[in-house]
Amino acid sequence: MTAATSDRPQTCGIAPAPPILSIRDASLRFGSRTLWSQLNLTVRSGEFVAVLGPNGAGKTSLLRAILGTQPLTAGSIELLGAPVRRGHRLVGYVPQQRLADRGTPLRARDFVGLGLDGHRFGPPLPSRTRRQTIDQMLDTIDATSFGTRRIGELSGGEQQRLRVGQALIGNPKLLLCDEPLISLDLHQQRAVSTLIDASRRTGDRAVVMITHDINPVLDVVDTVVYLAAGQALTGTVDQVLTSAVLSELYQTPVDVIRARGRILVVGLPDTALEGHEAPPENPPDGLR
Amino acid sequence: MSDLWSQLFSFANYGELLVLVRNSILAGAVLGLAGGLVGVFVMARDLPFAVHAISELSFAGAAAGLLFGIGVVEGSLVGSLTAALLIGILGSRARERNSIIAVLMPFGLGLGILCLSLYSGRVANKFGLLTGQIVAVDNPKLVSLLIICGIVIAGLLVVWRPLMFVSIDAQVAEARGVRSVALSMVFMILLGLVTAVSVQIVGALLVLSVLVTPAAAALRVSASPLLVPVLSTLFAVVAMVGGIMLALGGSVPISPYVTTISFLIYLACRAWGALQNRKPRSARVAAAA
Repeated sequence: MTAATSDRPQTCGIAPAPPILSIRDASLRFGSRTLWSQLNLTVRSGEFVAVLGPNGAGKTSLLRAILGTQPLTAGSIELLGAPVRRGHRLVGYVPQQRLADRGTPLRARDFVGLGLDGHRFGPPLPSRTRRQTIDQMLDTIDATSFGTRRIGELSGGEQQRLRVGQALIGNPKLLLCDEPLISLDLHQQRAVSTLIDASRRTGDRAVVMITHDINPVLDVVDTVVYLAAGQALTGTVDQVLTSAVLSELYQTPVDVIRARGRILVVGLPDTALEGHEAPPENPPDGLR
Repeated sequence: MSDLWSQLFSFANYGELLVLVRNSILAGAVLGLAGGLVGVFVMARDLPFAVHAISELSFAGAAAGLLFGIGVVEGSLVGSLTAALLIGILGSRARERNSIIAVLMPFGLGLGILCLSLYSGRVANKFGLLTGQIVAVDNPKLVSLLIICGIVIAGLLVVWRPLMFVSIDAQVAEARGVRSVALSMVFMILLGLVTAVSVQIVGALLVLSVLVTPAAAALRVSASPLLVPVLSTLFAVVAMVGGIMLALGGSVPISPYVTTISFLIYLACRAWGALQNRKPRSARVAAAA
């Protein structure tokens, strides 16, 4: 992955496509605490948005607001030109990782299949198109070899690829991922982020991904949303992740260092550091 | 020794007896169908203990029905639906659920024992509620059992996919627009209904052998979304019908036969599953070497 491969629709010469997601002047308050305010974001087809910020900054709440399960305090969110509503068929969701119980009575391919027709009533009738669609998705997420194994027996990385496949099989216009790379080893991080990156290029689709670490997606991200200190900053990596901007945001000197194609943020206040490098809750691949 | 044997198994006048318990066999078979299907979700939602608590309250309801002359089926339905809804409403989290179940279970059993000790009718009726009875199914009762099982089977088929989605990953299912709370409640009602029927036939103490063991056995040999429900219902029907037919000649209640068949099927499935698991693993080791 190199920076050259990331196309940025907003800089193209052609007329921009209608936005997939449009957030205007959005704020979220819990009681007296403002999680974020004045959030403005327009996401177009093919765009990759990373949501950054310390723990408790309201990153997951932002995804919930887009999913329509968390009402905003102020502002509006529109999905494909209409106000968000719960259970939009054109939104794929990969929630924060929880390893499936060993005994979970489901095979990998059936888990992916839930994303296709799990919301429909009626008994699951076997059908050829359904089987082929699932086979294709398993191929895309490189899961054919373990398609008939139980999900509980699979590694964290394998399960995470299945979650992405489950979200993508419904052919969503918008893919929302909550820390999809957490507790994966570098190899699996690369596999999952490549998968997510590829999904926005092949389909008419945009990606919004929460991540505590920008580096695994540094080369593919178009827009950064930085949530902290009750505010919300949006812009490119170069616009948002600078010493000046973050120092201003946190009201304390913060250094953003770029070295060997990675970004390091030094000097975050303790409250913001909390959970920035959270220890993995699940054993990484290979340790299962 | 041969005395004990003839107490357990006797096939004298078998043909005539079979006619007498035709209703029971039919009820058992249909209960096996419904129980085997419900069991798949009891396992997927990790609810085996909830089943036990529901059956205990169902027993209390049935005993109260007997005592006050309301009817055993009606009483056990009220009891199990109350328990199922309470567990559904109060126990949305696993930890809370366990404590609700632990609170309900002894209460139900105590209430049932109270009602039974006040009841002055036939003793066989009392014992039957706990351990099952074979000739208890008269025609009107059979009809009510068939209707209840029919509702359960039809209801499950309707909610099958979204219920499985919610059982596996409620967060994603909700994001997809599946109403997880409503579906959980629907399932608890279906579970309450089938438990009430099971209490009539296998008795309150042994309901798990119809609602849990067959599905647990099926999951030992397969995880296929088609094969698991098919095997689970097959196992449940075999245990129910086989148990009734074996119990026919003996003078002990039906439940030991049902539970033993159910348990043996489970053991066989465990062994089969272990064997299956060993094969690919050794193949993998060989490939790695």
